[in-house]
Amino acid sequence: MTNAFSNQWQGLLESLLHRGSSAGADLVEVFLERTDHIGLLAEQDRITSVNPSFARGAGLRVFRDGRDGFVSTNDLSEAGLQRALDQALAMLGLEAQQLTSPSAFEGLKQLTDHGLNKADWLERCPSLDQASQCLLKGTDHLNRLGQHLQVRRGSYARDWQEVLVAASDGTFARDIRLHQSTGLSVLASDGDHRSSIGRRYGSSDRPDDLQDWDSEASAAEVCNSAGTMLRADYVDAGQMPAVLANRFGGVIFHEACGHLLETTQIERGTTPFADRVGELIAHPAVTAIDEGLSGGSFGSISMDDEGMEPERTVLIKDGVLQRFISDRAGELRTGHKRTGSGRRQSHAFAAASRMRNTFIDAGPHTPEQLIESVDQGLYCKAMGGGSVGPTGQFNFSVEEGYLIENGKLTKPVKGATLIGDAKEVMPRISMCANDLELAAGFCGSVSGSVFVTVGQPHIKVDSITVGGR
Amino acid sequence: MMSSNNSLNATDLRDRLQTLASREGIRRWDLGAACSDDCSVQVDRGEAKQLKASQRSSITVRVWNSDGLVGITSTTDLSDSGLEQALVGAHTASRFGNPEDIPEFSPLATAPLPELDRPLQPRQGILPLLDTLRDAEADLLGRHPAIQTVPYNGLAESLSQSLYLNSEGALRQMERTQASLYLYARAEETGRKPRSGGAVRLGLGSSELDVQGCISEAVDRTVSHLDYRPIETGSYRVCFTPEAFLSLLGAFSSMFNARSVLDGVSLSQRDSIGSDVAVPFFNLHDDGLHPGHISAAAFDGEGTPTRRLSLIEGGTLRNFLHSEATARAFGVQPTGHAGLGAKVSVGPDWFVVGSNPQVSSGNSLNHRTESGPFVLIEDLSALHAGVKATQGSFSLPFDGWLVNNGERVSVEAATVAGDIRSVLNGIAHLEADSEITHRGVSPHVWVDGLSITGEA
Repeated sequence: MTNAFSNQWQGLLESLLHRGSSAGADLVEVFLERTDHIGLLAEQDRITSVNPSFARGAGLRVFRDGRDGFVSTNDLSEAGLQRALDQALAMLGLEAQQLTSPSAFEGLKQLTDHGLNKADWLERCPSLDQASQCLLKGTDHLNRLGQHLQVRRGSYARDWQEVLVAASDGTFARDIRLHQSTGLSVLASDGDHRSSIGRRYGSSDRPDDLQDWDSEASAAEVCNSAGTMLRADYVDAGQMPAVLANRFGGVIFHEACGHLLETTQIERGTTPFADRVGELIAHPAVTAIDEGLSGGSFGSISMDDEGMEPERTVLIKDGVLQRFISDRAGELRTGHKRTGSGRRQSHAFAAASRMRNTFIDAGPHTPEQLIESVDQGLYCKAMGGGSVGPTGQFNFSVEEGYLIENGKLTKPVKGATLIGDAKEVMPRISMCANDLELAAGFCGSVSGSVFVTVGQPHIKVDSITVGGR
Repeated sequence: MMSSNNSLNATDLRDRLQTLASREGIRRWDLGAACSDDCSVQVDRGEAKQLKASQRSSITVRVWNSDGLVGITSTTDLSDSGLEQALVGAHTASRFGNPEDIPEFSPLATAPLPELDRPLQPRQGILPLLDTLRDAEADLLGRHPAIQTVPYNGLAESLSQSLYLNSEGALRQMERTQASLYLYARAEETGRKPRSGGAVRLGLGSSELDVQGCISEAVDRTVSHLDYRPIETGSYRVCFTPEAFLSLLGAFSSMFNARSVLDGVSLSQRDSIGSDVAVPFFNLHDDGLHPGHISAAAFDGEGTPTRRLSLIEGGTLRNFLHSEATARAFGVQPTGHAGLGAKVSVGPDWFVVGSNPQVSSGNSLNHRTESGPFVLIEDLSALHAGVKATQGSFSLPFDGWLVNNGERVSVEAATVAGDIRSVLNGIAHLEADSEITHRGVSPHVWVDGLSITGEA
């Protein structure tokens, strides 16, 4: 067997799928994966860590009567894959040796090869030398543009992945994915004052992306924020209106609402929106979309990890819930049609319904109009991470915030956390600006950490709880 | 059931790597490897939701090139070609090794290892696990009418093996079994918001897990939050449960991390040892060998033996956690807290919080008998987002209760904010009884004057 995944695997995969189907499985799916990763870290003016890693493995999933068994292994030999399949079958009370049922499997369809024109992507990516030089240029810009910087860091990660998906419904698809991300971060310190600011940029399927990265502009943005936040006071806690900036501000929708529109949440009974398709769940100003199609965006995919091409899924239109994000198991268990959103971190995870590029669509206002509409409130220029709990309560931190006083931005504030409940906050997003932008991120959930994009224009939330001191 | 299809042969790995290294002209190398055989189950209202198993293996190879610089590569491919790819990759990466921070073999990589009393436990297999979890879910759902689902649940068991070896003859290996159970229930009463609560149990094997204790704790926690009220924003006396306090301390562990100190991203400085960082009745140890630490390992990523280390004694910072390289920079011995890398990471094992017997807090607070007002914080969430470890500040959502006039009422959607240095210096009391949790050991910890934001 060659290293690369190709039609050469068809015979073995068909044999496995036939074995599983004959044993009585409703559906058998095999996911093969090879990865090639590089991580680089520059600190101050030196490369301090280079971490290459390679992996390969398979995830085998068997469905029967709505239940599923999943086994992952690093052993891609015929014996290793067969052992894994038999283990998955046994979980559902099926035995491959008996092969009592006639197989419903009619063979794999012709390979849909999304990786055909991507064979040279790995070679076209920057070499270690090039990537190192680029990062060191970034930390040098930080040094030149920043003040009181105690720590300057640049990081680069390149993730190349080849996948092959075969299922007993005939699905047979291959893809090559490429994700690159760069980041700059600083720790500024002056006496007792400290600020730490970081920004990350990411793309998919663009081998030349690093060469196009404007490290000086990125460094300037990081240094400006670090300088502004160095002497910021802690925010006063309370209920107040908030204006959230575009780009990574979209994490509020991702955490507060997006996760609750994944069919995994319906299966668990943890979304308040399960029976509300067609109903108003957000302010009529809100239209929200999840898609895997935007060229070069971090969450874009040619096919999902179940071999389906991604759709543009309108989740909310003018405040009305339209669709859920669904995968194979989600369709089976909840009836919501698959949307090309079955995603997983690696072969070690079963695919689940996950977001891709998720954003609130642009509105009619200018960002200035949103700020002018607030007497006393908080402007969240840059957001940190966040999470959502099993009852729909979300929280996320504000990395760079400013007070809004009488419709104007005034002093910077730190230490703010926005908390709330998805069901309550969505109707309070009353204004959307016309400056939609996307930002790269990582989302951790039931099927591991996946590349995503969050995004929005500037939005105004009429009232939200701001945790602080 | 102790056998596994997935196991490492240390001498075979060493011999193969030695042969490959000689062929590539590499004289100095070391290797960390791990493999595991896991299975887990989840259920949903009596039905098997997902049954999972995995066989994983991985190695990390580190090489020193002719200039003495270090490179590293990891792979899951343990075939000869996979090993060769890793070795060549590490050699290529060594060109970018940092000449100012070159790791060496740990001087303790061949020192005697501590005895760990962690007998391997037989694994039950996936179908018995499924039966156990199904029964546990049914039991839990039957305990209170408001509990409708257990949306997050899982029962898992694993057999894992790890080893460290180097070109100077060090060879460490260990095997362990581990099992875990978690039950997070969701309850809802008409016209009220849904509430949740849960519990976790760890054990060496699935048959020894305290399933009934886990059910009871999950029920108690969930039901105790059904009657909730918003809390007024303000400054409160707070009592952290052991679990909550250990979460907070863990999020600021860079205070004790020599790597972070050297990198300038710790609240501590190189000369902080000997300075007062907490109240004088506060002790903190890192004890990876504690009998309650189910995941204990006898050695770290560099082969250094695990040991108990005093971090804060009587409020004074005593030691940092070290790898070989940071220990060399500080002129001390490695402490057994290293990973394996070109730039070696350092991390804590298992925090043990306790009182300094020589100094009294002057208080005798007890969360069971105090009538309040105080806020009892049961669990902190979103630590990845709400903690600024380099600044010392935190602003975190929590689950807990406001205790006032002896009445305990669950707090609706609130955050607690502060600075870890103020917390450590503002501890009013450590209760007498310590609890072993899945995060470490601690008593209930009382802190005065923390900011709480609520929706009242």
